Amino acid sequence: MDISINKSPRQGAVLFSPYLRGEGIQKALEIGRENILFEIRESKLKGRGGAGFPTATKWMLVAASVAKEKFIVCNADEGEPGTFKDRVLLLEYPELVFDGIVIAGYTIGAKEGIIYLRGEYEYMLQSLEDYLSKMREDNLLGNSILGQEGFDFDISIRLGSGAYVCGEETALIESLEGNRGEARNRPPYPVNTGYMNRPTVVNNVETLASVPHILLKGGEWFKKYGTDKSTGSKLFSVSGDCTRPGVYELPWGTKISELLEIVGGENAKAVQVGGASGSCIPRSQFDRTLAYEDAATGGSIIIFDKNRSMLKVLKNFMEFFVEESCGQCTPCRIGNVKLLEGIKDIERRNYTFSYINKLKDLGRTMQVASKCGLGQSSPNAFISILENFKEEIFNYNGFGGTNGK
Amino acid sequence: MESSKDNLRAPVSQKPHVIEKPKDTSGIGGMITVEINEKKITVPLGTTILEACNDNQIHIPTLCHHSDLCIAGVCRICVVEVEGMRTLQAACAFPITAPLKIKTSTPMVRKARRHILDLMLSEHYGECYSCFRNQNCELQALAKEYGVDEYTFGHVNTPRYEVDRSSASVIRDMNKCILCKRCVRTCIDLQEVGVLEAINRGHETHIGTFLDKPLADVICINCGQCINRCPTSALRANDPSDEIWAAIDDPTKHVVIQTAPSPRAGIGEEFGLEPGHSLTGEMNTALRRIGFDRVFDTNFTADLTIMEEGTELLNRLKKVIVDKDTTVKLPQFTSCSPGWVKFIEHFYPEYLDYLSTAKSPQQMFGAVIKTFYAQETGIDPKDIVSVALMPCSAKKFECNRPEMRDSGFKDVDYGLTTRELAKMIKEAGIYLPEMPKSHFDEPFGDASGAGLIFGATGGVMEAALRTVYELVTGREVPFTNLNIEPCRGFDGIKQASVLLENCKDEYSFLEGVEVKFIVAHGTANAKKVMELLRKGLLSDVHFVEIMACPGGCIGGGGQPIPTSEEIRKKRAEAIYAEDESLTLRKSHENPHVQYIYEKFLTEGPCSHKSHELLHTHYTKRGRFIA
Ligand SMILES: Cc1cc2nc3c(=O)[nH]c(=O)nc-3n(C[C@H](O)[C@H](O)[C@H](O)COP(=O)(O)O)c2cc1C
Ligand code: SF4
Ligand code: SF4
Ligand code: SF4
Ligand code: SF4
Repeated sequence: MDISINKSPRQGAVLFSPYLRGEGIQKALEIGRENILFEIRESKLKGRGGAGFPTATKWMLVAASVAKEKFIVCNADEGEPGTFKDRVLLLEYPELVFDGIVIAGYTIGAKEGIIYLRGEYEYMLQSLEDYLSKMREDNLLGNSILGQEGFDFDISIRLGSGAYVCGEETALIESLEGNRGEARNRPPYPVNTGYMNRPTVVNNVETLASVPHILLKGGEWFKKYGTDKSTGSKLFSVSGDCTRPGVYELPWGTKISELLEIVGGENAKAVQVGGASGSCIPRSQFDRTLAYEDAATGGSIIIFDKNRSMLKVLKNFMEFFVEESCGQCTPCRIGNVKLLEGIKDIERRNYTFSYINKLKDLGRTMQVASKCGLGQSSPNAFISILENFKEEIFNYNGFGGTNGK
Repeated sequence: MESSKDNLRAPVSQKPHVIEKPKDTSGIGGMITVEINEKKITVPLGTTILEACNDNQIHIPTLCHHSDLCIAGVCRICVVEVEGMRTLQAACAFPITAPLKIKTSTPMVRKARRHILDLMLSEHYGECYSCFRNQNCELQALAKEYGVDEYTFGHVNTPRYEVDRSSASVIRDMNKCILCKRCVRTCIDLQEVGVLEAINRGHETHIGTFLDKPLADVICINCGQCINRCPTSALRANDPSDEIWAAIDDPTKHVVIQTAPSPRAGIGEEFGLEPGHSLTGEMNTALRRIGFDRVFDTNFTADLTIMEEGTELLNRLKKVIVDKDTTVKLPQFTSCSPGWVKFIEHFYPEYLDYLSTAKSPQQMFGAVIKTFYAQETGIDPKDIVSVALMPCSAKKFECNRPEMRDSGFKDVDYGLTTRELAKMIKEAGIYLPEMPKSHFDEPFGDASGAGLIFGATGGVMEAALRTVYELVTGREVPFTNLNIEPCRGFDGIKQASVLLENCKDEYSFLEGVEVKFIVAHGTANAKKVMELLRKGLLSDVHFVEIMACPGGCIGGGGQPIPTSEEIRKKRAEAIYAEDESLTLRKSHENPHVQYIYEKFLTEGPCSHKSHELLHTHYTKRGRFIA
């Protein structure tokens, strides 16, 4: 799968629109906490990390709590297969991400921001550190930022070590605290008992990067893009069988077919929206829209053309989950193995429909009974691919598809 | 005193990230009314759904939950429906902070639980009929409760892991493990030893030791607390009953058994009795019927321990107060809990001089049986097989220590746990509660109540004070009925003092001394005490009792499963009640103890001979594993 980044000058209405470093922070300090929260709420910005939780609500909960310390954590773990848009933001638009973190810190009353950087992104560590040093030089970090008495704030970068589950916010916090990367019980939520048991906001890179623009241009402006329930625009990491893979900024509400046209993926037979934990959309449903209320995604779009064996695609996803489950809870630890075994049975043509149906049923239990989002979403692909590609998978001639690629 | 839960260590993921219950629930929002299965129930804020259900006769199945441990929420068997939430919620982990509508038995819930069980069973190697937890297994019980009659998702028929039999005390068979992590939370959070942890992730996850080394090679203190909390047979004690049967069946062997105080207070549970029934006399009869040649009471050597350890304390006090000897260490720490001894050897090896050199009652008895008893009865010690019935798994390790051969033989041949004896009794076709009662055998027929209360946390201290106070002042300890209440109860760390006044002439150096003592149980509390010692904050304390297991020996790693604070309290009550019913309640008044000092240890306590047989030394093990 080619996931190289589209190097052409980026175009986009919101994130990729012009921005000068520090502008957002300046504005934030001018208008004050309440107005920041007001603008963000107006914008109806929702989390870009996948879950789509309203950002203003999260910030307000932490801003309103009384605690000795609070933290803002930027989730740059970017582990969902087929996602590489946070990498683009960090490399090419660090001013947006870092200003967003500073603004968040200011709003919630944190003194410390932490970026949890995907282990594989270690190569960008030095340039990010250099960038932070420059911010400190220019008093965009440090004490009394931009002359604002009492606003002391700094950002540190911490490296993950390659576990997908550590992108889940509570596992991320465990990892930050030096423990096994395992999701916590919720409630209590991180906004209440987060990093070091203090109120903590965890936000995706892209969520934070949207904030400076919203403050500068207003929530109303932001809402002009997207749909009523999914405001603004979204970065999509497009990979797979298309001629122009890469990162695209498109308004929410874009139809899958429209996106395919833009990226040169008109020959697709299926699109995996939302990565391994998302769902697989067949050609017949390409008029569905990319939006929280329809086909939701943290940004991953993987395109499959007619040469792909959907069974192999599915097997690939399930192998990923078997590998990446943290292993603490029963449905996910063992359930994923059973689903994968079921796929292998199909591959060997040694299955009964009644057993496959039992596995789908098991998948539905995993969706509701697993402890964290990983196990809750890992059966999505299994259920949606077996549902939507019945013909291909169960009537296949050999290896599915035409040439078994 | 703060509870052991205040000082949790890693894995913090298992830490109770709970919502604190308000101290005063009368304020606004202090109590919350929820609807469970359409019934309105009012609970304090922060109560978990499980707690609310338990208090209202609504049964929720659990596996990873344990009342002694912090919340994990990993097995997912306790899931329930909460209105408005997309997913099911783990009842054990979900704190009630808002008026919820909860349903505990919907089709979705039942199906999820059944699926979870099916998944566990699919990976669970082994069959119940060849399993030591048969009929006392939480997984098996749930399989029955949910009507599992087939292996929906298959069943493994080859083991994945090698059984670790390296330890003298604990056997680990991870093929039976369901990854509830109770052992991890026990070892790390409850005991703060930190031997067990989950290794790897996903399907490769298993419970292991440092670098997956054999248990014998790591810092395990053999306390067996993990066994007592394991819901399955993944953890069990190293059972010597086959060897013991063989000895019993061998006519050339003279098989004697000493029985510690705690097993008699717990063994009834193995026969379906409620906790808190002592079966001392019944057990004596059963032991004889099984075929033991002599049945002795470890309380006898508990009394002997008091004489030795009490004298040692008085000697230390004299050396410090009169001789100003700065090499002598105070406070003196008790040494009768082998789990604690190994703990200090690993974690605080630089403080071994603080430990009393007195052997534990088990090992004193072992040494006495193969010397004094052999001599008195004319039996060749090499023909004696000495068994110790103990509530403890660490005793199995202790009797195998190389230094425990002062009789010229292995002083104690086998440590047998309460559970293992119950099994032997059942195997012999005996229903214990219906046995006629009988007494212990001579020449150690009587023991004092002081020896008996060794079984509960604080018991050694109480027994020692009854004797030391009287030796020093010539009067009984000034507590009603000899019950030294400050030693009793289940607070993690207890602290009190007794003033010595009008001392006898030979103890005039103790006149006006306020003897300060500390009692701690569970090694997490021991660690707190040791940290105080390290900081120099125990310089005015004279005597410290430490038991490795929560509750003391009555909560030992060989006692009946399940365990909980409530059960341990009932066992302790049984012991204290039996003590009060006895006329002989002070160690130094035990006529058999007096007899052995007259006939055998003629130079008295802490003399040369008693040092040879009844005292020991320790090993600086340290924490680092080769
Ligand atoms: C298994 C799993 C992996 C996740 N990985 C990421 C990730 O790599 N990056 C991310 O921003 N959010 C990830 N999330 C979502 C986070 O838990 C969390 O919802 C998000 O960081 C919140 O930020 P937002 O509100 O700005 O989206 C993941 C969730 C799950 C369940
Ligand atoms: S769902 Fe999977 S990743 Fe999440 S806690 Fe359970 S085992 Fe771990
Ligand atoms: S551990 Fe329990 S379920 Fe497993 S074989 Fe033993 S009794 Fe049966
Ligand atoms: S016996 Fe005690 S120290 Fe050893 S693993 Fe079990 S709980 Fe830990
Ligand atoms: S060994 Fe026992 S207590 Fe430990 S995780 Fe396995 S089943 Fe649970």
